[in-house]
Amino acid sequence: MAFDYSQYIRGGKLPHIWCPGCTYGIIFKSILRAVDSLKLPKDDIAMVSGIGCASRLPGYVDFNTLHTTHGRALPFATGIKMAKPDKHVLVVSGDGDATAIGGNHFIHACRRNIDLTVLVFNNYIYGMTGGQYSPATPTGHMAATMPYGNVDSPFDIPALAKGAGASFVARGTAFHATALDKLIVDAIQHKGLSVVEIINACPTTHGRRNKFKSPTDMLLWMKDTFMPVAAFEKLPPEKTAGKFPMGVLYRKEGVPEYCKTYYGLVERLKKQGEGRA
Amino acid sequence: MGKIKLLQGNEACAEGALYAGCTFFAGYPITPSTEVAEYMARRLPQIGGVFLQMEDEIAAMAAVIGGALTGCKSLTATSGPGFSLKQENMGFAMLTEVPCVIVNVMRGGPSTGVPTGPGQSDIMQCKWGTHGDHPAICLTPAYVQEIFSETVRAFNLSEKYRTPVIIAYDEIVGHMRERIEISDPGVLPVVQRPRPACPPAEYLPYDDSKGDVPPMANFFEGYRYHVTGLNHGPDGFPVNASPRIHTDELRLIRKVDSNRADIVKFEEYLLEDAEVAVFAYGVSGRSAKTAVNQVRSEGVKAGLFRPLTIWPFPEEQVAGLSGRVRKIIVPELSLGQIIHEVDRCSKGRCGIEGIHRVDGDPITPAQIVARIKEVM
Repeated sequence: MAFDYSQYIRGGKLPHIWCPGCTYGIIFKSILRAVDSLKLPKDDIAMVSGIGCASRLPGYVDFNTLHTTHGRALPFATGIKMAKPDKHVLVVSGDGDATAIGGNHFIHACRRNIDLTVLVFNNYIYGMTGGQYSPATPTGHMAATMPYGNVDSPFDIPALAKGAGASFVARGTAFHATALDKLIVDAIQHKGLSVVEIINACPTTHGRRNKFKSPTDMLLWMKDTFMPVAAFEKLPPEKTAGKFPMGVLYRKEGVPEYCKTYYGLVERLKKQGEGRA
Repeated sequence: MGKIKLLQGNEACAEGALYAGCTFFAGYPITPSTEVAEYMARRLPQIGGVFLQMEDEIAAMAAVIGGALTGCKSLTATSGPGFSLKQENMGFAMLTEVPCVIVNVMRGGPSTGVPTGPGQSDIMQCKWGTHGDHPAICLTPAYVQEIFSETVRAFNLSEKYRTPVIIAYDEIVGHMRERIEISDPGVLPVVQRPRPACPPAEYLPYDDSKGDVPPMANFFEGYRYHVTGLNHGPDGFPVNASPRIHTDELRLIRKVDSNRADIVKFEEYLLEDAEVAVFAYGVSGRSAKTAVNQVRSEGVKAGLFRPLTIWPFPEEQVAGLSGRVRKIIVPELSLGQIIHEVDRCSKGRCGIEGIHRVDGDPITPAQIVARIKEVM
């Protein structure tokens, strides 16, 4: 039987706002399949986003949803998670939202290792505003605000997350959608800050300026460019040029999780108080 | 009789928040407000609440809204530059109608200005700091005891009207120690946000058909609604081409404006027969009271109007006052902000004179005495 997405989608809210050829719909479905496979009650999930194309996703899903200000999804989510540590808090953010305006929040959420699942939709561009370059745009790529080619250098988002202290870091792509389901499942199940960089395509504002003839070309580029991390690591260095690993790139168990540490303190103070009384 | 304590204004603010049922604080260190955070850092973990020192002021405001959406009464405290940084998310809380309380311990500005001296030059920012049209409630206590009780009132107004409430006091009142009484539980009223009575399937988070303040469901209670900073319909989902935007923004303003009788609070001191009035709040209000007492002892008919609610502005009261006195003197620690509101409401019925000072020191009673004598 085909998967019934409608049980997770709010009635009357589709069609979505994303352009033809945009890959966000693929990720949207992958998230719903992942949530379903974990049998998480909808009442126990909050989905929080900032501003941008990816950040419109929470409006369509039947969870507790919060569409906030540009770059700030993580601190909003931190407030929710700290107040309700037993609930599942998913954060949806774009590359600009998460790593430019929200870059400070991103590194500090990683550092705290608070149990949030952060899905970074990387389409290499500011799509909603019309294709300005982002901190993920490859050097040399054309963008509305880099009309002569990008002279800036991009972030390696998984490396950034790992370096800042995230205890689970993965990368998936819109092309490898079924593999993505598993990465999102693992990220939600991981107790700590999980980052999944999800490679996406924006044919409208990025692809057409950068010699991708069609949305399909962008998906085929993902197919040719991203390879499972185990296979990638077996390649001799001279063959890794232009290739990127995907899958679980980093996972460390046993790193103190922020809510757990904080509420451990609360318990300790409570016992001390009882001892005094 | 409650508990008698010797507390600093900032500590009294934290005590007031705890009295009101605050269980969530997020902040960032900044002078001269940091003691609020330090006090909450000690107390909240003891009662099972959340204390968060965030990576910046913006994040602190965001975390406060997140906490409030789950049902916590939430507080942040800041000063000058931090207050500027919080403005965007404060606007988010206004539009999405999330109750929370923001303390602004005012110092000199603009920019880094005078971090350790008092100021009153954020007072227009307390109303107009965030972009767009929006409601504003701002309270201006002047005594440590008042900081305690006005913080309780700030939470009550915030919950009742589902809107952020600002408490603005200056560095002097924030750092001054005075004897205060912490009321016993149950003595001061404590208000909770309006809650939905309908089943989740019928819940419309921004339904204005039954009143200007829609009931608020908390996250994870089964209501599963959408909160967005975009203009939205009764169901919480974005609208961008509808008369709804206009009518909904009018409602946001109206829920404060039509409840002035409940929100506006002030002290009238020796105004019955006054020929000259001083309009002053915060530390300037304290100096003004001393000045009024002094000139009264010399037979000069002066009085004081001291607002405890500065926003919404006590328009009606100032209009009435301006018809009864010859002059209103407005001492403020700015180069002229709240004086324009006094002037606007007086409509030329009396003379308005300002005393302005921004050198990091307070306006002294002597300065006000001298001005009263000049105008008599």
